[in-house]
Amino acid sequence: MDGQNQTGAKGAISIRNVTKIYDPEGVNVMAVDDCSLEIAAGEVCMVVGPSGCGKTTLLNSIAGFHSITKGEILLDGEMLCGPGNPKAEQGADRMVVFQHGALFPWMTLGDNVAYGPIVQETMTKAEAKEKAGHMLAEAGLGDVAEKFPGEVSSGMARRAEIVRALINDPKVLLLDEPYRAMDALTKSIMHESLLEVYDRTRVTIFFITHDLEEAIFLGDRVIVMTTRPARTKKIVNVDIPRPRDYTTLTSEKFRQLVEEAKDAVHEEAIKAFEAGERELA
Amino acid sequence: MSEAAQDTGTAHGSHSSGETTAPKKRSKLSKALTSDTFWRGIVSLIGFVVFWEVCSQMKNWTGVEVPWIGKVPPPTEVVAAWSEIFWYKGYWESWYLSTARVFAGFLMAMIVGIPFGLCLAVNKYFYDIFFPPFEILRPIPPLAWVPASIVFWPTTEMSIAFVTFLGAFFTIVINVLGGARTIDIRYLRVAQSMGATQWDLFWKIILPGTLPSIFTGAAVGMGITWEVVLAGEMLSGGGQQGGGGLGFFIWSSYMGGTVAQVIVGMISIGIAGYLSSTFIRYLGSISMPWRKLF
Repeated sequence: MDGQNQTGAKGAISIRNVTKIYDPEGVNVMAVDDCSLEIAAGEVCMVVGPSGCGKTTLLNSIAGFHSITKGEILLDGEMLCGPGNPKAEQGADRMVVFQHGALFPWMTLGDNVAYGPIVQETMTKAEAKEKAGHMLAEAGLGDVAEKFPGEVSSGMARRAEIVRALINDPKVLLLDEPYRAMDALTKSIMHESLLEVYDRTRVTIFFITHDLEEAIFLGDRVIVMTTRPARTKKIVNVDIPRPRDYTTLTSEKFRQLVEEAKDAVHEEAIKAFEAGERELA
Repeated sequence: MSEAAQDTGTAHGSHSSGETTAPKKRSKLSKALTSDTFWRGIVSLIGFVVFWEVCSQMKNWTGVEVPWIGKVPPPTEVVAAWSEIFWYKGYWESWYLSTARVFAGFLMAMIVGIPFGLCLAVNKYFYDIFFPPFEILRPIPPLAWVPASIVFWPTTEMSIAFVTFLGAFFTIVINVLGGARTIDIRYLRVAQSMGATQWDLFWKIILPGTLPSIFTGAAVGMGITWEVVLAGEMLSGGGQQGGGGLGFFIWSSYMGGTVAQVIVGMISIGIAGYLSSTFIRYLGSISMPWRKLF
Protein backbone atom coordinates (compact mmCIF):
# COMPACT_ATOMS: atom_id res chain seq x y z
CA MET A 1 0.00 0.00 0.00
CA ASP A 2 1.41 3.34 -0.90
CA GLY A 3 -1.00 5.39 1.16
CA GLN A 4 0.48 5.31 4.62
CA ASN A 5 3.90 6.64 3.88
CA GLN A 6 3.13 10.27 4.51
CA THR A 7 4.19 12.49 7.35
CA GLY A 8 2.15 12.18 10.52
CA ALA A 9 -0.73 10.59 8.66
CA LYS A 10 -3.91 10.29 10.68
CA GLY A 11 -7.31 8.90 9.98
CA ALA A 12 -6.86 5.13 10.12
CA ILE A 13 -10.22 3.39 10.25
CA SER A 14 -10.72 -0.10 11.60
CA ILE A 15 -14.01 -1.75 10.85
CA ARG A 16 -14.18 -4.93 12.92
CA ASN A 17 -16.86 -7.56 12.52
CA VAL A 18 -19.53 -4.94 11.94
CA THR A 19 -23.08 -6.18 11.51
CA LYS A 20 -26.08 -3.96 10.91
CA ILE A 21 -29.62 -5.23 11.05
CA TYR A 22 -32.51 -2.95 10.16
CA ASP A 23 -35.75 -3.86 11.80
CA PRO A 24 -38.35 -1.56 10.37
CA GLU A 25 -41.51 -3.65 10.53
CA GLY A 26 -40.41 -6.66 12.49
CA VAL A 27 -38.73 -8.05 9.40
CA ASN A 28 -35.03 -8.18 10.02
CA VAL A 29 -33.04 -6.95 7.10
CA MET A 30 -29.36 -7.59 7.40
CA ALA A 31 -27.58 -4.78 5.60
CA VAL A 32 -24.04 -5.53 6.70
CA ASP A 33 -22.86 -8.94 7.88
CA ASP A 34 -19.69 -9.38 9.90
CA CYS A 35 -17.74 -6.97 7.78
CA SER A 36 -14.13 -6.24 8.61
CA LEU A 37 -11.87 -3.76 6.91
CA GLU A 38 -8.69 -1.96 7.86
CA ILE A 39 -8.16 1.38 6.16
CA ALA A 40 -4.72 2.89 6.63
CA ALA A 41 -4.24 6.54 7.43
CA GLY A 42 -4.01 8.51 4.22
CA GLU A 43 -5.37 5.71 2.09
CA VAL A 44 -7.87 6.18 -0.69
CA CYS A 45 -10.25 3.30 -0.15
CA MET A 46 -12.81 2.78 -2.88
CA VAL A 47 -15.89 0.69 -2.16
CA VAL A 48 -17.88 -0.82 -5.00
CA GLY A 49 -20.80 -3.23 -4.96
CA PRO A 50 -24.33 -3.76 -6.22
CA SER A 51 -27.03 -1.18 -5.45
CA GLY A 52 -28.49 -1.48 -1.99
CA CYS A 53 -25.72 -3.77 -0.80
CA GLY A 54 -25.01 -1.87 2.40
CA LYS A 55 -22.13 0.35 1.35
CA THR A 56 -23.92 3.48 2.42
CA THR A 57 -24.90 1.84 5.71
CA LEU A 58 -21.24 1.38 6.41
CA LEU A 59 -20.47 4.97 5.54
CA ASN A 60 -23.35 6.23 7.68
CA SER A 61 -22.09 4.19 10.61
CA ILE A 62 -18.64 5.75 10.35
CA ALA A 63 -20.15 9.22 10.06
CA GLY A 64 -22.43 8.63 13.04
CA PHE A 65 -25.75 8.89 11.23
CA HIS A 66 -26.71 5.28 12.02
CA SER A 67 -26.05 2.83 14.81
CA ILE A 68 -24.48 -0.57 14.28
CA THR A 69 -25.84 -3.82 15.66
CA LYS A 70 -22.61 -5.68 16.34
CA GLY A 71 -18.89 -5.16 16.06
CA GLU A 72 -16.92 -1.95 16.41
CA ILE A 73 -15.46 0.88 14.37
CA LEU A 74 -12.28 2.64 15.44
CA LEU A 75 -10.66 5.82 14.25
CA ASP A 76 -6.92 6.01 14.97
CA GLY A 77 -7.32 3.36 17.64
CA GLU A 78 -10.16 5.13 19.43
CA MET A 79 -13.58 3.57 19.44
CA LEU A 80 -16.20 5.49 17.46
CA CYS A 81 -18.91 2.98 18.02
CA GLY A 82 -19.04 -0.52 19.37
CA PRO A 83 -20.40 -2.49 22.32
CA GLY A 84 -22.28 -0.17 24.66
CA ASN A 85 -22.16 2.73 22.21
CA PRO A 86 -23.88 1.62 19.02
CA LYS A 87 -23.95 5.05 17.40
CA ALA A 88 -20.84 7.10 16.76
CA GLU A 89 -20.96 10.75 17.68
CA GLN A 90 -20.94 13.02 14.62
CA GLY A 91 -17.81 15.06 14.36
CA ALA A 92 -15.83 17.33 12.10
CA ASP A 93 -13.03 14.73 11.95
CA ARG A 94 -15.21 12.73 9.55
CA MET A 95 -16.78 14.88 6.86
CA VAL A 96 -19.32 13.53 4.41
CA VAL A 97 -19.88 14.61 0.82
CA PHE A 98 -23.25 13.40 -0.36
CA GLN A 99 -24.55 11.95 -3.59
CA HIS A 100 -26.52 14.86 -4.93
CA GLY A 101 -24.65 17.55 -3.09
CA ALA A 102 -25.73 19.12 0.16
CA LEU A 103 -24.44 22.65 0.06
CA PHE A 104 -26.86 24.88 1.96
CA PRO A 105 -28.82 26.52 -0.87
CA TRP A 106 -29.40 29.69 1.17
CA MET A 107 -25.72 30.46 1.66
CA THR A 108 -23.18 31.57 -0.91
CA LEU A 109 -20.35 29.13 -1.63
CA GLY A 110 -18.10 31.30 0.55
CA ASP A 111 -20.54 31.23 3.47
CA ASN A 112 -21.02 27.49 3.04
CA VAL A 113 -17.29 26.90 3.36
CA ALA A 114 -16.93 29.31 6.28
CA TYR A 115 -19.81 27.71 8.19
CA GLY A 116 -17.77 24.96 9.90
CA PRO A 117 -15.10 27.13 11.54
CA ILE A 118 -17.76 29.66 12.55
CA VAL A 119 -20.00 27.19 14.38
CA GLN A 120 -16.99 25.46 15.92
CA GLU A 121 -15.83 28.91 17.05
CA THR A 122 -12.28 28.12 15.97
CA MET A 123 -12.20 31.32 13.92
CA THR A 124 -13.99 34.64 13.93
CA LYS A 125 -16.48 35.26 11.17
CA ALA A 126 -14.04 37.47 9.28
CA GLU A 127 -11.18 34.96 9.57
CA ALA A 128 -13.37 32.10 8.47
CA LYS A 129 -14.63 34.00 5.46
CA GLU A 130 -11.11 34.97 4.49
CA LYS A 131 -9.87 31.40 4.78
CA ALA A 132 -12.89 30.16 2.83
CA GLY A 133 -12.09 32.66 0.09
CA HIS A 134 -8.50 31.43 -0.08
CA MET A 135 -9.46 27.78 -0.19
CA LEU A 136 -12.09 28.34 -2.87
CA ALA A 137 -9.59 30.29 -4.95
CA GLU A 138 -7.13 27.43 -4.56
CA ALA A 139 -9.76 25.08 -5.94
CA GLY A 140 -10.33 27.40 -8.90
CA LEU A 141 -13.60 28.70 -7.49
CA GLY A 142 -12.46 32.20 -6.56
CA ASP A 143 -14.82 33.89 -9.03
CA VAL A 144 -17.92 32.17 -7.78
CA ALA A 145 -17.38 32.46 -4.01
CA GLU A 146 -20.19 34.99 -3.76
CA LYS A 147 -22.63 32.94 -5.80
CA PHE A 148 -25.35 30.68 -4.44
CA PRO A 149 -25.14 26.93 -5.08
CA GLY A 150 -28.11 27.16 -7.42
CA GLU A 151 -26.21 29.56 -9.63
CA VAL A 152 -23.18 27.38 -10.34
CA SER A 153 -22.74 24.13 -12.25
CA SER A 154 -22.99 20.84 -10.41
CA GLY A 155 -19.27 20.30 -10.91
CA MET A 156 -18.45 23.58 -9.20
CA ALA A 157 -20.90 22.86 -6.43
CA ARG A 158 -19.34 19.46 -5.74
CA ARG A 159 -15.84 20.90 -5.65
CA ALA A 160 -17.03 23.61 -3.27
CA GLU A 161 -18.56 20.93 -1.09
CA ILE A 162 -15.23 19.15 -0.83
CA VAL A 163 -13.61 22.47 0.10
CA ARG A 164 -16.31 22.91 2.75
CA ALA A 165 -15.36 19.53 4.17
CA LEU A 166 -11.61 20.19 4.03
CA ILE A 167 -11.74 23.52 5.87
CA ASN A 168 -12.64 21.52 8.98
CA ASP A 169 -9.34 19.67 8.64
CA PRO A 170 -10.99 16.25 8.81
CA LYS A 171 -9.08 13.01 9.31
CA VAL A 172 -11.39 11.21 6.95
CA LEU A 173 -13.41 12.25 3.92
CA LEU A 174 -16.47 10.10 3.38
CA LEU A 175 -17.77 10.36 -0.16
CA ASP A 176 -21.04 8.72 -1.10
CA GLU A 177 -21.10 8.53 -4.89
CA PRO A 178 -20.36 12.23 -5.20
CA TYR A 179 -19.99 12.20 -8.98
CA ARG A 180 -22.95 10.07 -9.84
CA ALA A 181 -25.14 11.43 -12.63
CA MET A 182 -22.39 13.63 -13.98
CA ASP A 183 -21.33 13.45 -17.58
CA ALA A 184 -18.03 11.79 -18.39
CA LEU A 185 -16.22 15.02 -19.11
CA THR A 186 -17.23 16.74 -15.88
CA LYS A 187 -16.44 13.55 -14.02
CA SER A 188 -12.89 13.43 -15.31
CA ILE A 189 -12.36 17.04 -14.26
CA MET A 190 -13.74 16.15 -10.84
CA HIS A 191 -11.33 13.22 -10.59
CA GLU A 192 -8.33 15.32 -11.38
CA SER A 193 -9.34 17.96 -8.88
CA LEU A 194 -9.91 15.32 -6.18
CA LEU A 195 -6.52 13.74 -6.88
CA GLU A 196 -4.96 17.17 -6.65
CA VAL A 197 -6.65 17.73 -3.28
CA TYR A 198 -5.53 14.33 -2.11
CA ASP A 199 -1.92 14.82 -3.15
CA ARG A 200 -1.92 18.05 -1.17
CA THR A 201 -3.69 16.90 1.99
CA ARG A 202 -3.26 13.11 2.14
CA VAL A 203 -6.54 12.87 3.96
CA THR A 204 -7.97 9.37 4.31
CA ILE A 205 -10.71 8.87 1.74
CA PHE A 206 -13.57 6.40 1.96
CA PHE A 207 -15.25 6.60 -1.41
CA ILE A 208 -18.38 4.74 -2.47
CA THR A 209 -19.01 4.34 -6.19
CA HIS A 210 -20.60 2.23 -8.89
CA ASP A 211 -18.04 3.19 -11.43
CA LEU A 212 -15.17 0.70 -11.60
CA GLU A 213 -12.90 2.85 -13.71
CA GLU A 214 -13.38 5.69 -11.27
CA ALA A 215 -12.53 3.31 -8.43
CA ILE A 216 -9.30 2.07 -9.99
CA PHE A 217 -8.26 5.50 -11.19
CA LEU A 218 -8.63 7.15 -7.79
CA GLY A 219 -8.03 4.38 -5.28
CA ASP A 220 -5.16 2.71 -3.48
CA ARG A 221 -7.43 -0.24 -2.92
CA VAL A 222 -10.80 -1.19 -4.31
CA ILE A 223 -13.07 -3.14 -1.99
CA VAL A 224 -15.67 -5.15 -3.86
CA MET A 225 -18.66 -5.83 -1.60
CA THR A 226 -21.01 -8.77 -1.87
CA THR A 227 -24.68 -8.27 -2.48
CA ARG A 228 -26.75 -7.71 0.67
CA PRO A 229 -25.77 -8.43 3.39
CA ALA A 230 -22.54 -6.64 2.62
CA ARG A 231 -19.25 -8.40 3.20
CA THR A 232 -15.92 -7.83 1.53
CA LYS A 233 -15.74 -10.13 -1.46
CA LYS A 234 -12.52 -9.10 -3.06
CA ILE A 235 -9.84 -6.50 -2.51
CA VAL A 236 -8.02 -5.18 -5.55
CA ASN A 237 -4.72 -3.47 -4.77
CA VAL A 238 -4.12 -0.66 -7.21
CA ASP A 239 -0.35 -0.46 -7.52
CA ILE A 240 -0.34 2.35 -10.03
CA PRO A 241 2.05 5.07 -8.85
CA ARG A 242 0.85 8.57 -8.00
CA PRO A 243 0.52 11.25 -9.13
CA ARG A 244 -1.87 9.86 -11.70
CA ASP A 245 -3.42 11.70 -14.61
CA TYR A 246 -5.56 10.91 -17.62
CA THR A 247 -2.74 9.01 -19.32
CA THR A 248 -3.13 6.42 -16.56
CA LEU A 249 -6.52 5.57 -18.03
CA THR A 250 -5.00 4.12 -21.16
CA SER A 251 -2.21 2.14 -19.51
CA GLU A 252 -2.12 -1.65 -19.76
CA LYS A 253 -1.97 -1.97 -15.98
CA PHE A 254 -5.12 0.10 -15.56
CA ARG A 255 -7.13 -1.99 -18.03
CA GLN A 256 -5.94 -5.16 -16.39
CA LEU A 257 -7.06 -4.03 -12.92
CA VAL A 258 -10.44 -2.93 -14.23
CA GLU A 259 -10.95 -6.37 -15.78
CA GLU A 260 -9.99 -8.02 -12.51
CA ALA A 261 -12.47 -5.99 -10.50
CA LYS A 262 -15.14 -6.28 -13.18
CA ASP A 263 -15.33 -10.05 -12.90
CA ALA A 264 -15.90 -9.88 -9.15
CA VAL A 265 -18.50 -7.14 -9.43
CA HIS A 266 -20.28 -8.84 -12.29
CA GLU A 267 -20.78 -11.99 -10.28
CA GLU A 268 -22.34 -10.02 -7.45
CA ALA A 269 -24.45 -7.96 -9.79
CA ILE A 270 -25.99 -11.13 -11.20
CA LYS A 271 -26.67 -12.44 -7.69
CA ALA A 272 -28.26 -9.16 -6.72
CA PHE A 273 -30.36 -9.13 -9.88
CA GLU A 274 -31.58 -12.69 -9.32
CA ALA A 275 -32.38 -11.94 -5.69
CA GLY A 276 -34.41 -8.97 -6.88
CA GLU A 277 -36.25 -11.16 -9.38
CA ARG A 278 -37.09 -13.63 -6.63
CA GLU A 279 -38.41 -10.87 -4.42
CA LEU A 280 -40.65 -9.69 -7.21
CA ALA A 281 -41.87 -13.18 -8.14
CA MET B 1 -15.89 27.98 -16.66
CA SER B 2 -18.02 31.03 -17.02
CA GLU B 3 -21.29 29.29 -17.70
CA ALA B 4 -22.66 30.49 -14.40
CA ALA B 5 -22.02 34.05 -15.33
CA GLN B 6 -23.98 33.82 -18.52
CA ASP B 7 -27.17 35.71 -18.83
CA THR B 8 -29.96 33.34 -17.96
CA GLY B 9 -32.17 35.43 -20.19
CA THR B 10 -35.88 35.00 -20.31
CA ALA B 11 -37.44 31.64 -20.85
CA HIS B 12 -39.87 32.96 -23.37
CA GLY B 13 -39.62 35.36 -26.22
CA SER B 14 -37.19 35.30 -29.05
CA HIS B 15 -35.79 38.78 -28.64
CA SER B 16 -32.55 38.03 -26.83
CA SER B 17 -32.00 34.30 -26.87
CA GLY B 18 -29.40 34.43 -29.59
CA GLU B 19 -27.40 37.36 -28.33
CA THR B 20 -24.83 35.95 -25.96
CA THR B 21 -23.33 39.38 -25.48
CA ALA B 22 -26.51 40.82 -24.01
CA PRO B 23 -25.50 42.60 -20.81
CA LYS B 24 -27.10 41.26 -17.65
CA LYS B 25 -28.01 44.71 -16.37
CA ARG B 26 -31.21 45.30 -18.28
CA SER B 27 -33.87 47.01 -16.30
CA LYS B 28 -36.83 44.91 -15.31
CA LEU B 29 -39.16 47.37 -16.97
CA SER B 30 -37.50 47.26 -20.36
CA LYS B 31 -37.37 43.49 -20.09
CA ALA B 32 -41.10 43.38 -19.38
CA LEU B 33 -41.93 45.78 -22.20
CA THR B 34 -40.09 43.68 -24.75
CA SER B 35 -41.34 40.27 -23.63
CA ASP B 36 -44.04 38.44 -25.54
CA THR B 37 -45.71 37.39 -22.33
CA PHE B 38 -46.27 41.00 -21.33
CA TRP B 39 -47.91 41.91 -24.63
CA ARG B 40 -50.01 38.77 -24.74
CA GLY B 41 -51.27 39.74 -21.29
CA ILE B 42 -52.21 43.22 -22.49
CA VAL B 43 -53.99 41.86 -25.57
CA SER B 44 -55.84 39.33 -23.45
CA LEU B 45 -57.07 42.01 -21.03
CA ILE B 46 -58.22 44.27 -23.85
CA GLY B 47 -59.95 41.34 -25.52
CA PHE B 48 -61.75 40.51 -22.30
CA VAL B 49 -63.02 44.06 -21.82
CA VAL B 50 -64.17 44.32 -25.44
CA PHE B 51 -65.99 40.99 -25.21
CA TRP B 52 -67.71 42.11 -22.04
CA GLU B 53 -68.73 45.47 -23.57
CA VAL B 54 -70.12 43.86 -26.72
CA CYS B 55 -72.09 41.23 -24.80
CA SER B 56 -73.55 43.79 -22.38
CA GLN B 57 -74.49 46.21 -25.13
CA MET B 58 -75.95 43.59 -27.46
CA LYS B 59 -79.49 44.27 -26.26
CA ASN B 60 -79.19 48.00 -26.94
CA TRP B 61 -77.77 47.38 -30.37
CA THR B 62 -79.76 44.46 -31.71
CA GLY B 63 -82.49 43.86 -29.16
CA VAL B 64 -81.20 40.38 -28.42
CA GLU B 65 -79.96 39.86 -24.89
CA VAL B 66 -76.89 37.70 -24.38
CA PRO B 67 -77.62 35.31 -21.51
CA TRP B 68 -76.02 36.16 -18.14
CA ILE B 69 -73.53 38.71 -19.39
CA GLY B 70 -76.36 40.79 -20.85
CA LYS B 71 -77.52 41.55 -17.31
CA VAL B 72 -74.13 42.93 -16.28
CA PRO B 73 -73.50 46.63 -16.82
CA PRO B 74 -70.90 47.20 -19.55
CA PRO B 75 -67.35 48.36 -18.76
CA THR B 76 -68.11 51.88 -19.96
CA GLU B 77 -70.85 52.18 -17.36
CA VAL B 78 -68.56 50.74 -14.67
CA VAL B 79 -65.83 53.20 -15.56
CA ALA B 80 -68.37 56.01 -15.42
CA ALA B 81 -69.50 54.89 -11.97
CA TRP B 82 -65.92 54.59 -10.89
CA SER B 83 -64.90 58.04 -12.08
CA GLU B 84 -67.82 59.41 -10.13
CA ILE B 85 -67.05 57.77 -6.79
CA PHE B 86 -63.32 58.10 -7.34
CA TRP B 87 -63.58 61.56 -5.77
CA TYR B 88 -65.60 60.48 -2.80
CA LYS B 89 -63.71 60.26 0.44
CA GLY B 90 -65.90 57.35 1.55
CA TYR B 91 -64.65 55.11 -1.25
CA TRP B 92 -61.03 55.56 -0.23
CA GLU B 93 -61.96 55.15 3.40
CA SER B 94 -63.33 51.76 2.47
CA TRP B 95 -60.01 50.88 0.90
CA TYR B 96 -58.16 52.06 3.95
CA LEU B 97 -60.40 50.20 6.42
CA SER B 98 -60.23 46.88 4.56
CA THR B 99 -56.50 47.08 3.92
CA ALA B 100 -55.78 47.96 7.55
CA ARG B 101 -57.89 45.03 8.73
CA VAL B 102 -56.25 42.62 6.33
CA PHE B 103 -52.74 43.62 7.32
CA ALA B 104 -53.48 43.72 11.03
CA GLY B 105 -54.96 40.22 10.98
CA PHE B 106 -52.29 38.95 8.65
CA LEU B 107 -49.42 40.37 10.68
CA MET B 108 -50.79 38.90 13.89
CA ALA B 109 -51.14 35.55 12.17
CA MET B 110 -47.51 35.71 11.02
CA ILE B 111 -46.21 36.84 14.40
CA VAL B 112 -48.02 34.04 16.23
CA GLY B 113 -48.11 31.43 13.48
CA ILE B 114 -44.45 31.25 12.43
CA PRO B 115 -42.98 30.60 15.89
CA PHE B 116 -45.87 28.26 16.69
CA GLY B 117 -45.29 26.23 13.51
CA LEU B 118 -41.54 26.08 14.10
CA CYS B 119 -42.04 24.93 17.68
CA LEU B 120 -44.37 22.21 16.46
CA ALA B 121 -41.70 21.12 13.99
CA VAL B 122 -38.68 21.04 16.28
CA ASN B 123 -40.07 20.01 19.64
CA LYS B 124 -41.74 16.66 20.03
CA TYR B 125 -43.42 17.47 23.36
CA PHE B 126 -44.77 20.73 22.05
CA TYR B 127 -46.11 18.88 19.04
CA ASP B 128 -47.74 16.13 21.09
CA ILE B 129 -49.50 18.65 23.32
CA PHE B 130 -50.57 21.34 20.87
CA PHE B 131 -51.07 19.60 17.55
CA PRO B 132 -54.26 17.61 18.36
CA PRO B 133 -56.38 20.64 19.39
CA PHE B 134 -54.89 22.58 16.49
CA GLU B 135 -55.94 19.89 14.04
CA ILE B 136 -59.49 19.85 15.41
CA LEU B 137 -59.87 23.63 15.13
CA ARG B 138 -58.17 23.91 11.75
CA PRO B 139 -60.93 22.50 9.51
CA ILE B 140 -63.50 24.96 10.89
CA PRO B 141 -63.94 27.61 8.19
CA PRO B 142 -63.12 31.12 9.44
CA LEU B 143 -66.65 32.31 8.68
CA ALA B 144 -68.08 29.68 10.99
CA TRP B 145 -66.28 31.54 13.76
CA VAL B 146 -68.21 34.76 13.11
CA PRO B 147 -71.15 34.28 15.49
CA ALA B 148 -68.93 32.88 18.22
CA SER B 149 -66.43 35.70 17.88
CA ILE B 150 -69.22 38.28 18.07
CA VAL B 151 -70.11 36.72 21.41
CA PHE B 152 -66.47 36.53 22.56
CA TRP B 153 -65.34 40.02 21.68
CA PRO B 154 -66.81 43.27 22.92
CA THR B 155 -66.65 45.22 19.64
CA THR B 156 -67.43 44.37 16.02
CA GLU B 157 -63.99 45.55 15.03
CA MET B 158 -62.36 43.03 17.34
CA SER B 159 -64.56 40.23 16.06
CA ILE B 160 -63.56 41.00 12.49
CA ALA B 161 -59.91 41.18 13.52
CA PHE B 162 -60.11 37.84 15.27
CA VAL B 163 -61.78 36.04 12.37
CA THR B 164 -59.26 37.58 9.97
CA PHE B 165 -56.43 36.39 12.14
CA LEU B 166 -57.81 32.85 12.18
CA GLY B 167 -58.13 32.82 8.40
CA ALA B 168 -54.40 33.27 7.90
CA PHE B 169 -53.16 31.60 11.09
CA PHE B 170 -54.01 27.99 10.30
CA THR B 171 -52.63 28.17 6.78
CA ILE B 172 -49.39 29.73 7.92
CA VAL B 173 -48.86 27.24 10.73
CA ILE B 174 -49.51 24.22 8.56
CA ASN B 175 -47.12 25.50 5.89
CA VAL B 176 -44.38 26.31 8.36
CA LEU B 177 -44.73 22.91 10.00
CA GLY B 178 -44.68 21.09 6.68
CA GLY B 179 -41.77 23.14 5.40
CA ALA B 180 -39.64 22.66 8.49
CA ARG B 181 -40.29 18.95 8.48
CA THR B 182 -39.30 18.42 4.88
CA ILE B 183 -35.90 20.08 5.20
CA ASP B 184 -33.39 17.73 3.63
CA ILE B 185 -31.92 15.68 6.46
CA ARG B 186 -28.51 15.90 4.83
CA TYR B 187 -28.34 19.61 5.62
CA LEU B 188 -28.91 18.85 9.27
CA ARG B 189 -26.38 16.02 9.23
CA VAL B 190 -23.68 18.12 7.59
CA ALA B 191 -24.26 20.99 9.99
CA GLN B 192 -24.20 18.66 12.98
CA SER B 193 -21.04 16.97 11.76
CA MET B 194 -19.42 20.38 11.58
CA GLY B 195 -20.36 20.95 15.18
CA ALA B 196 -23.44 23.16 14.91
CA THR B 197 -25.34 23.68 18.17
CA GLN B 198 -29.13 23.49 18.36
CA TRP B 199 -29.13 27.29 18.19
CA ASP B 200 -27.03 27.30 15.00
CA LEU B 201 -29.21 24.62 13.48
CA PHE B 202 -32.34 26.61 14.18
CA TRP B 203 -31.17 29.98 12.89
CA LYS B 204 -28.93 28.92 10.03
CA ILE B 205 -30.55 25.75 8.74
CA ILE B 206 -34.15 25.27 9.86
CA LEU B 207 -35.30 28.88 9.55
CA PRO B 208 -33.82 29.60 6.09
CA GLY B 209 -34.86 26.13 4.98
CA THR B 210 -38.43 26.90 6.00
CA LEU B 211 -38.59 30.40 4.47
CA PRO B 212 -39.96 29.24 1.11
CA SER B 213 -42.85 27.49 2.89
CA ILE B 214 -43.37 30.50 5.13
CA PHE B 215 -43.88 32.67 2.08
CA THR B 216 -46.12 30.13 0.38
CA GLY B 217 -48.21 30.08 3.53
CA ALA B 218 -48.19 33.86 3.65
CA ALA B 219 -49.38 34.18 0.05
CA VAL B 220 -52.24 31.73 0.59
CA GLY B 221 -53.01 33.23 3.98
CA MET B 222 -53.18 36.70 2.48
CA GLY B 223 -55.79 35.53 -0.02
CA ILE B 224 -57.89 33.95 2.72
CA THR B 225 -57.56 37.09 4.82
CA TRP B 226 -59.12 39.21 2.07
CA GLU B 227 -61.99 36.78 1.71
CA VAL B 228 -62.65 36.76 5.42
CA VAL B 229 -62.41 40.53 5.85
CA LEU B 230 -64.82 41.14 3.01
CA ALA B 231 -67.35 38.67 4.33
CA GLY B 232 -66.97 40.07 7.82
CA GLU B 233 -67.62 43.59 6.56
CA MET B 234 -70.73 42.53 4.67
CA LEU B 235 -72.11 40.94 7.81
CA SER B 236 -71.20 43.73 10.19
CA GLY B 237 -72.71 46.61 8.26
CA GLY B 238 -71.59 50.20 8.62
CA GLY B 239 -72.44 50.83 12.24
CA GLN B 240 -70.71 53.11 14.67
CA GLN B 241 -68.31 50.60 16.08
CA GLY B 242 -66.46 48.90 13.29
CA GLY B 243 -67.94 48.11 9.91
CA GLY B 244 -67.38 49.95 6.67
CA GLY B 245 -64.69 48.82 4.29
CA LEU B 246 -64.90 47.48 0.75
CA GLY B 247 -67.17 44.61 1.82
CA PHE B 248 -69.68 47.05 3.20
CA PHE B 249 -69.23 49.23 0.12
CA ILE B 250 -70.29 46.36 -2.12
CA TRP B 251 -73.16 45.41 0.12
CA SER B 252 -74.55 48.94 0.38
CA SER B 253 -74.15 49.44 -3.38
CA TYR B 254 -76.17 46.28 -3.88
CA MET B 255 -78.84 47.45 -1.45
CA GLY B 256 -78.85 50.82 -3.17
CA GLY B 257 -79.37 49.11 -6.49
CA THR B 258 -76.35 50.33 -8.48
CA VAL B 259 -74.90 47.23 -10.01
CA ALA B 260 -72.14 49.20 -11.74
CA GLN B 261 -70.94 50.31 -8.33
CA VAL B 262 -71.00 46.71 -7.08
CA ILE B 263 -68.65 45.85 -9.92
CA VAL B 264 -66.44 48.80 -9.04
CA GLY B 265 -66.17 47.34 -5.54
CA MET B 266 -65.38 43.90 -6.90
CA ILE B 267 -62.63 45.18 -9.17
CA SER B 268 -61.26 47.26 -6.30
CA ILE B 269 -60.90 44.10 -4.27
CA GLY B 270 -59.20 42.38 -7.18
CA ILE B 271 -56.69 45.19 -7.38
CA ALA B 272 -56.18 45.26 -3.62
CA GLY B 273 -55.59 41.49 -3.55
CA TYR B 274 -53.17 41.71 -6.43
CA LEU B 275 -51.20 44.49 -4.76
CA SER B 276 -51.09 42.50 -1.52
CA SER B 277 -49.72 39.38 -3.15
CA THR B 278 -47.20 41.44 -5.11
CA PHE B 279 -46.09 42.86 -1.78
CA ILE B 280 -45.68 39.34 -0.33
CA ARG B 281 -43.75 38.21 -3.40
CA TYR B 282 -41.50 41.21 -3.09
CA LEU B 283 -40.80 40.48 0.56
CA GLY B 284 -40.09 36.88 -0.39
CA SER B 285 -37.64 37.82 -3.08
CA ILE B 286 -35.65 40.16 -0.85
CA SER B 287 -35.49 37.72 2.05
CA MET B 288 -34.58 34.73 -0.13
CA PRO B 289 -31.92 36.06 -2.51
CA TRP B 290 -30.85 32.51 -3.38
CA ARG B 291 -34.17 31.90 -5.06
CA LYS B 292 -34.01 35.00 -7.22
CA LEU B 293 -32.12 33.17 -9.89
CA PHE B 294 -34.51 33.16 -12.76
